[in-house]
Amino acid sequence: MSSNASKAFKNPVVNWIEYRLPIFSFVDNSLGSQYPTPKNLNYFWNFGSLAGITLGIMIVSGIVLAMHYTAHVDHAFDSVERIMRDVNYGWLIRYIHMNGASMFFIVIYIHMFRGLYYGSYHAPREILWMLGVLILLAMMATAFMGYVLPWGQMSFWGATVITNLFSAIPIVGDDIVTLLWGGFSVDNPTLSRFFSLHYLMPFVIVGLVVLHIWALHVHGSNNPIGIDAKTDQDTIGFHPYYTAKDLFGFGAFMTFFMFFVFFAPNFFGEPDNYIEADSLVTPAHIVPEWYFLPFYAILRAFTADFFLYAFTPISWIMSAKLAGVLAMFASILLLLGMPWLDGSKVKSSQFRPLFRMFYWLFFVNCIVLGIVGGKPAEGVWIYIGQATTTYYFAHLLFIVPLISRLERPAAPPDSISAAVTAKAKKVSLDRFNPAEPAMAPGE
Amino acid sequence: MSDTAKPLGDAEIDDKSKRDFLFTTTGTVAAVGAAAAAWPFIHQMNPAADTLALSSTEVDLGPIEEGQSITVVWRGKPVFIRHRTSTEIKSAREDDKKVLPDNETDAERVKNPQWLIMVGVCTHLGCIPLGNKGGENKGEYGGWFCPCHGSHYDTSGRIRRGPAPTNLAIPEYTFVSDTRVKIG
Ligand code: HEM
Ligand code: FES
Repeated sequence: MSSNASKAFKNPVVNWIEYRLPIFSFVDNSLGSQYPTPKNLNYFWNFGSLAGITLGIMIVSGIVLAMHYTAHVDHAFDSVERIMRDVNYGWLIRYIHMNGASMFFIVIYIHMFRGLYYGSYHAPREILWMLGVLILLAMMATAFMGYVLPWGQMSFWGATVITNLFSAIPIVGDDIVTLLWGGFSVDNPTLSRFFSLHYLMPFVIVGLVVLHIWALHVHGSNNPIGIDAKTDQDTIGFHPYYTAKDLFGFGAFMTFFMFFVFFAPNFFGEPDNYIEADSLVTPAHIVPEWYFLPFYAILRAFTADFFLYAFTPISWIMSAKLAGVLAMFASILLLLGMPWLDGSKVKSSQFRPLFRMFYWLFFVNCIVLGIVGGKPAEGVWIYIGQATTTYYFAHLLFIVPLISRLERPAAPPDSISAAVTAKAKKVSLDRFNPAEPAMAPGE
Repeated sequence: MSDTAKPLGDAEIDDKSKRDFLFTTTGTVAAVGAAAAAWPFIHQMNPAADTLALSSTEVDLGPIEEGQSITVVWRGKPVFIRHRTSTEIKSAREDDKKVLPDNETDAERVKNPQWLIMVGVCTHLGCIPLGNKGGENKGEYGGWFCPCHGSHYDTSGRIRRGPAPTNLAIPEYTFVSDTRVKIG
């Protein structure tokens, strides 16, 4: 973050400003040619910039929606319908905002699984990783409150179920729920405070993102082989190399995003949310938005007869309902502990075959949790949900700590530059002698 | 005045306990002040006076025949009023002896056994259980069934199976006459 005061720019106006506010060198050091970046980053490193761009898109589309939206139970649903039908390009802006929320979570989940695979949470990036987990929590709060605003059936009943989670807290639970509602059920006071907070939270996220990037720039990006950049040979300037690569990724992402906006705008949505909220009729099947499903599955796994509850001391001290709520929050908060749960000296899964295998099991397990969260809690789904919930915690609390301390990883290359050259050599050799078997690494 | 310029240790003034005292009292006053200033910003979120003033509801029970239920709205919440059949009352009383997740006898839950009056909000996470209208799923115990996460309530509104921790709540009510009830 230190400004490079001696830096001279060609343009005198720039120099004049730079002398008083060193903003140009700040940008150059953050995103420009003066920000050294490992030269071996793959496309999974595009998702950070995509997340930032999506946050920007959400803020712009959201502020525009707020110009036409009315946060009152008698008008909210109609005002959103008016946005869809009467406001010029209102349909476009709302579909961008609606699908943008899903895109945001897709990008963030890929970004996080990238971090888990390449061990990006290891020292010295623990705080960087933990800030990321906080951003995820803030995004979840924002998206949850945003989903209540159109005041459809899912808005209302989703809000009812989620706010009622707090009633599980002993003694003060019911008072907390009343405090959140501002009444005796989800009603007008609830809607207007959710609107206020939904407007606020994205800017809190912006603040967290600034800290996240600040922490990133202290030690720079991790990379696919997880060893630190040592010499200039290992890095290239962020501009123009990664600005160009990020722009290409942005184009690809926008194609994907706009496909949904224009051709399948309600793909991620629930038809029930086009029915106005009715406090006397619960929809037959309440499902949260897809990005909450794995956590919803964990919440529901805790029934009185779930062995993780019934046969453990958990059942002596709390109800199954409270256990489910705590487990749901714990499933996210535990990620804060990744840097310490994973005791390996080698970061990247590329050199940790056993860890890698369990990583993929964990990944599949998360997908299955998501599927379970979208099914009614009956029959075999209950058992699948309980098994995958158990595995989720087993992975983080036992498998990762144990194998990271027992496994002997393969030796990573000497440097980023050595790895890149070795790969380039192999590629060119393969190209010229396609029939030849791969050369033994000789150096 | 020159005394004060002397390096500490030469003439050390023993005022540690005085300083500790000042430090603690200042800190305490500041903390109480901060809490007092924060309270209005928290308490504004609690129900406002007009919300609290929501009146009680009077219901005419006359038209509800045996085996029928109605739903009325009280404080924005549904209240179930069921005119129970004698078989329902009998099965509710028989189950008094069983060990239930939330032990309550049927007699503790009604003022007049014919009329079961409860807040129609699932004690799990607040969905409205099915079973108050004809043709709806009444669950395995013939009372109510919450489809959200599968809670089964019996003919006394007691939780029998599923994630809900407690029986359906009983609101405050009084019989104004034989056929009129005042809720709240
Ligand atoms: C972190 C970024 C944000 C996320 C994840 C987010 C998420 C959401 C979601 C999921 C909805 C419901 C969409 C629907 O089903 O209709 C929504 C609605 C809404 N959001 Fe946001 N939002 C964000 C930022 C903002 C900002 C900065 C504003 C500015 C005030 C805003 C204003 C609104 C309004 C007015 C609505 C209601 C209109 C509608 O439902 O389309 N949002 N938001
Ligand atoms: S809300 Fe009724 S079972 Fe969950």
